[in-house]
Amino acid sequence: MFGEAFFGLSWLDAIIRTVIIVLLMTVVVVYLTYGERKVIARFQMRLGPTRTGPAGLLQGVADALKLLVKEDVRPRNADRWVFEFAPYLTFIPVFLVLIALPFARDWGVRNLALGMFFVFAVLGLNIVGVLMAGLGSGNKYALLGGVRAAAQMISYEIPLVVALLAVAMVAGTLDLNAIVGMQDERPFVLVQPLAFVIFFMAVLSELHRAPFDIPVAESEIVGGYFVEYSGIRWSMFQLAEYAALWAFSIFGAAIFLGGWQFPFGLEWGWGWQLALTFIKSLLMITLVFWVRATLPRLRMDQLMSFCWKVLIEVSFALLLVNGLFLYYDWPEALLAAANWAGAIALLSAIYLRAARKPATKNLVGTYKHAETPSGEAATP
Amino acid sequence: MAIWPEERAAAAGALDTVDMTVNVGPQHPATHGVFRMVLTVDGELVVDCEPYIGYLHRGLEKLSENADYRQAMGWWDRTDYLAGLCCEGAYVMAVEKLAGIEVPERAEYIRVLMMELSRINSHFMFLGAFGADVGSFGTSFTYAWRERERIYDLIEEVAGDRMFPTYFRIGGVTMDLPENFESRCRWVLGSIRQGLEDLDGLLTGNEVFVERCLGLTPVTPGQAIAWGFTGPMLRATGLPWDIRKAEPYSVYPQLDFEIPVGRQGDVFDRFHVRLAECYQSARIIEQCLDALPAGRVLAPKLPKTLRINEGELYFPTEGTKGEYGVYLMARGGAQPYRAKLRSPSFCNLSALRELVVGSYLADAIVILGSLDIVLGEVDK
Repeated sequence: MFGEAFFGLSWLDAIIRTVIIVLLMTVVVVYLTYGERKVIARFQMRLGPTRTGPAGLLQGVADALKLLVKEDVRPRNADRWVFEFAPYLTFIPVFLVLIALPFARDWGVRNLALGMFFVFAVLGLNIVGVLMAGLGSGNKYALLGGVRAAAQMISYEIPLVVALLAVAMVAGTLDLNAIVGMQDERPFVLVQPLAFVIFFMAVLSELHRAPFDIPVAESEIVGGYFVEYSGIRWSMFQLAEYAALWAFSIFGAAIFLGGWQFPFGLEWGWGWQLALTFIKSLLMITLVFWVRATLPRLRMDQLMSFCWKVLIEVSFALLLVNGLFLYYDWPEALLAAANWAGAIALLSAIYLRAARKPATKNLVGTYKHAETPSGEAATP
Repeated sequence: MAIWPEERAAAAGALDTVDMTVNVGPQHPATHGVFRMVLTVDGELVVDCEPYIGYLHRGLEKLSENADYRQAMGWWDRTDYLAGLCCEGAYVMAVEKLAGIEVPERAEYIRVLMMELSRINSHFMFLGAFGADVGSFGTSFTYAWRERERIYDLIEEVAGDRMFPTYFRIGGVTMDLPENFESRCRWVLGSIRQGLEDLDGLLTGNEVFVERCLGLTPVTPGQAIAWGFTGPMLRATGLPWDIRKAEPYSVYPQLDFEIPVGRQGDVFDRFHVRLAECYQSARIIEQCLDALPAGRVLAPKLPKTLRINEGELYFPTEGTKGEYGVYLMARGGAQPYRAKLRSPSFCNLSALRELVVGSYLADAIVILGSLDIVLGEVDK
């Protein structure tokens, strides 16, 4: 049904598909904000929005309307054009990513032969808008946020790309539709779990999501690069953020979770394929929300050293291992086993590192008058 | 840890860099009230910090000198407003000691019980808010808030008010405990222990949190004493100094509890000591419930207007933030000639510059959070 152009006109077809995607994205973003508030509220023993419409379902609409009518404030010492164009430059790359994503078999806006490459290339542009917002706002918090975002996003693009290249090696193609089509028997997450782990961490960082939400750190620089924005321009940043979350989750679902493919190669029509893409991407999104509700924030230098000292090394090792397996044509089960071992080792190393702290029950000391444990001269 | 200007200049090489001042507060999510600090940062590195206080000054001492001994109680509640009962307890006990008033034993036990409930309440506020400082998206906050609500409900059942009960009287307490208090209190204690375990698991069992806090700005016992640290800040350095043991007041000598101490006085220890202290407070409350004697709760034959002839005293108590000392000087009449508060938050805060300089901007927020200041007490 969607394989050929609408009305046989390629330009009209492109316009129609783009309009559909933009409308879909707007609705999805409105409900993602609602979903995030609801999901995190449950993690925090709260209810979340309940007042606007049934179960608060119209909250996103109300928020959007409020933002539309709000005053658009521009600080006096802001650089006018840089300030005003920054939101659009953050938003446009995210929107461009959606062009290449496969929503159902043979259906996306465009089915690109180098889809994965296109996604990387376009997402790299995102940083321009963020930096512009940081520099143009005339605000020190915004400046810090913008610079932090630049450092972070450039660093984390490396493990992201390398981890996905490892998957592309196994798949043998960069065409997203072909990659999804290959996963009719097993999703790639079972074969390349380590790549998935690295991809997920890097995506959290690219999206400025906890525990890597350093550029927008609310308790330090109160929102970071968009601190001076209000009304419609602020909502562009929000739109970009959630659209990027959605785009990345569909991207991840396509590469790792089998996208529109049913498990075990079942084919139930394009409606089901579309639903499946959405369900799988929602799984990814829920995981992101879960992480946000649970984890505190890393510090900038810790974030960078985690990227440069851990993630990049691991991702290159993954690339090497995959290369060896493919070159010598060793069985896929063995490749999967090696990957699982790597993924479990990485995650448990992170988890077990927390054990170096003292246990709470060991903290209890008994009172001895005027005695210092280190033997320092001290008389309280 | 600290990096001094010469080293920074060397690191920057030929580049000419300019330090930037970042204003944090008085309206800022991380300042826990109306505290302001101006940070001079070199990139992410804090090279200077200038704290500004006084936004919440209400003239407690002068007000107390112009009011009846009993009238002043309500203002003392509002110093450390997270643990109002500890503050009014300190003031009331100081006045009683100065006037030589005997308090019934039941009232003493009720007071200790209520003060320890307040201490847990205040510490929970810290545990939750500190999680938010480190960057957890409010989850630690809502975890802590659940228990705080239960404690506040309990305090309301006893005293009729939640934050500023003015429940104590010179000579005892206003009224006896309600009928089902014991079972309610034991239920709340169970809930508190559960909440502590939840918070312990959520934060100290978390690698990101441990990475952020462990080893950050360690303080030696000598330094802590030189800076005038008291309370958990001092105990985190490994020095078991607690006024409840060192200069016991009320019925604390009859109660069995331990003093949690840290190992190196870093941010993690400060957090951990407060966490462990809540368990000890719960123990104290249980013992009070077991040992609660029968009898009256207010001393008989109290004068209608309390007049104290001559005398002065300094009465130190273990407040939630440290040594909460009340100095009173009487020269006859119904009002103190001089009233003075030794507020622990103020003394702990005075070391802020020493602790913050040389750390990163994100850590400055965490260090400020770990001091656990209450601006009502800092500014009096």
